[in-house]
Amino acid sequence: MKKSAGVLLFILLLAIVGPWLSPNDYLGTNFDALLRSPQLAGMHLFGTDDLGRDLFVRTMLGIRVTLMVAVVASLVSLVIGVTYGAVAGYVGGRVDAVMMRFVDTLYALPFIFFVILLMVAFERNFLLIFVAIGAINWLDMARIVRGQTLSLREREFVDAARLTGVSTPRIIFRHIAPNLLGIVVVYVTLTIPQAILVESFLSFLGLGVQEPQTSLGALVDAGVNKMEGASWMLLIPASLLAVILMSFNFLGDALRDFFDAKHKQ
Amino acid sequence: MSLLKVKNLRVSYDDDAVVDAISFSVRRGESVGIVGESGSGKSQTVLSILGLLPSDAVVSGSIVFDGQELMKLSDRKLDRVRAVRIGMVFQDPMQALNPYLRIGQQLRQILIQHELATGSDADAKVMAMLNRVGLPDAERQFRAFPHELSGGMRQRVMIASALICEPDLLIADEPTTALDVTVQAQILDLLEDLRDDTALLLITHDLGIVAGRCERLLVLEGGKLIESGATVSIFSAPQHAHTKKLLAAAPRIDRGDILPAVGGRTVLGVERASVGYAGAAKEQLVAVSDVSLSLREAETLAIVGESGSGKSSLVRGLLGLIPMRAGRVVYAGESLHGPVQTRAAAQRRDLQLVFQDPLSALNPQMRVATIVGEPLLVHEPKQSAAQRKARVIEALERVGLTASLLRRYPHQLSGGQAQRVAIARALILKPRILICDEAVASLDGSVREQVLKLLRDVQTETGLSIIFISHDLGVVRSIAHRVAVMYLGRLLEVADTATLFSKPGHPYTRALLAASPVPDPLVAPRGAPLKGEVPSLLTPPSGCVFHPRCEFAEDACREKRPELREFSGARVACHRVADIS
Repeated sequence: MKKSAGVLLFILLLAIVGPWLSPNDYLGTNFDALLRSPQLAGMHLFGTDDLGRDLFVRTMLGIRVTLMVAVVASLVSLVIGVTYGAVAGYVGGRVDAVMMRFVDTLYALPFIFFVILLMVAFERNFLLIFVAIGAINWLDMARIVRGQTLSLREREFVDAARLTGVSTPRIIFRHIAPNLLGIVVVYVTLTIPQAILVESFLSFLGLGVQEPQTSLGALVDAGVNKMEGASWMLLIPASLLAVILMSFNFLGDALRDFFDAKHKQ
Repeated sequence: MSLLKVKNLRVSYDDDAVVDAISFSVRRGESVGIVGESGSGKSQTVLSILGLLPSDAVVSGSIVFDGQELMKLSDRKLDRVRAVRIGMVFQDPMQALNPYLRIGQQLRQILIQHELATGSDADAKVMAMLNRVGLPDAERQFRAFPHELSGGMRQRVMIASALICEPDLLIADEPTTALDVTVQAQILDLLEDLRDDTALLLITHDLGIVAGRCERLLVLEGGKLIESGATVSIFSAPQHAHTKKLLAAAPRIDRGDILPAVGGRTVLGVERASVGYAGAAKEQLVAVSDVSLSLREAETLAIVGESGSGKSSLVRGLLGLIPMRAGRVVYAGESLHGPVQTRAAAQRRDLQLVFQDPLSALNPQMRVATIVGEPLLVHEPKQSAAQRKARVIEALERVGLTASLLRRYPHQLSGGQAQRVAIARALILKPRILICDEAVASLDGSVREQVLKLLRDVQTETGLSIIFISHDLGVVRSIAHRVAVMYLGRLLEVADTATLFSKPGHPYTRALLAASPVPDPLVAPRGAPLKGEVPSLLTPPSGCVFHPRCEFAEDACREKRPELREFSGARVACHRVADIS
């Protein structure tokens, strides 16, 4: 846990501080230095792209955007999904049926159509990516949490709480939610990579992050086009993406143990 | 020569020995019982004989089976020995049978795998075996899946699969713990009848089971063999202090003090209560029908019955955890109705419940202090944290625990401690009525005694009324003032404890008493066990619900439902009670 958290923290720190230390900026094109491989000259540590922009700074910027999208979108899906799923599962009956049919309806909505609708309704906005990704992710979360809650609701400690007269919100948030943490944390570590991928997909279609802003996904897409001859354009952002995703996975495992009382002394 | 010779067996995990220097032997055709409480190492001993221990177990010593050292055998050879020459019956047949294979196939493949029979020959052998273990309608069950059989039938199939290779040794690990008491008697008799010259190693925590059925006993404690010898001599003159303790703690239905009936006023009345569940496809499952009971002040009323009798549904209905179909519950002159959330706070705090499995009844993510203190938080929110903590400590001390447990999580408690914590939570609001749903069923003998004593003490001090649900008549005898017997959702008999145990009225009560094992080899088994098993609640029998299993049933019993009537100091629902006593 310490290692994966350390790696993530290091990458985050680099992403924040790195661009400050570099003499280059993410916008500046340099037509004398197109497609340079990584080198110390001109401090192009990660090389340059086909417009001569410094890839180190752009990659750091991409990490910032990617992490922000992933973490914020996952948090949004976590809060909405857990609350929605736990309420539906615990209250049950007709409330559950109505709430879950609403989820099914949203599922049926084609995602791209939904994003384009958002784009039309509002103007192109960075925030829309959060809304779009959060809007699909919480559906899965709500279903998983509801299923777990249905089985937890039948456990005897919930009956014991009801007998004592513990209020329904307190039962949901103090008795049921802590017992959901294990599965929720694991699921969040799965949604983070998913959100990162969705974001890069949207950026690829031109619906996500707009040039000259960038993200790891957008950088990988650009790198794929130039992978013959300028392999660093693909390899560096792709391996950083892989390291980040793996760190999140390890962190998720460790967090699950941490939240489970059975591992506490 | 001995068939099985275990010498200096030691099993350890991370240097913690769970079985320590155990030596014993089993002769051909002999029946040996291994008894001990949970954690005594009895299952580990058996698993090491079978070579089924998990891979992180470190095993040393020697296990010689019929002249062959099992510890040195290759997996392949061991496979053959344990499949063909050693039969095994597990506690839970549902876990041990493959749910995707038909019964016939499961047994067939054992024979085919070990080249003992092929084709139609194998089918014939399987059929003969199924008939031998008394599976009714074996032709049809041959093609049935495990889930289509009842628990008792499944255990019969397990026995069939253990015996089909005609092994020299049969190992039964708690074979009847998951079964009802009347079915338990059938299965134990079956094991006894079928084994012929097969040696039997019977592992159990229940001294009543081994008393009449094993020639020799091994008593285990903490991984060590503390006593061994002939069953009769161990029961009559136990040497080791722990054996004495085990024997003293074993509940008996035939001796010991009985509490006299109490005369106080009625605190809780249940009138014609029915509880049901809406099943799939319009099927209505009626778990409890038309039950009337009353509970007096400072009285312990036991409700006994096998699984499906509706005893748990009845108390859950009266507590408002599940809806009641009909009838009413009267507490302190007021009628209790609706789900528990909608009831008045005072009514909620006066009725508390203790569950069977403390580990499932305590929230695994909460510390003891929070669990026990939560009722206070709800009912006396104005108290300061310090006041609340003092009350929690007081409640823990009342049940014989100390404040050192406050910061523990439930999984860090022993079974007995966890159940005490659950009782402390139920008692902290000083309720008038405590309902114990199989509250001691999951506890070991000595711990069970302590918890029962605790309940009696609290009752003497505070005048608490207790509804005590149990399937174990021995336990009931030692704690109840009055007993209600339920079967398939109906109340069949209510009587004072003394009356019920000396002059049981209803044929079902008699059968229950006859089937309850007595931990004494000198007490002869009393008569043939009840035939058949509890029918499904979805298709309850007409007339008297007990008539299909009743030896006294006549036409009237099939047609007309008997009402509870006074009969020699008890209330019995039986048409023929006057004829048969």
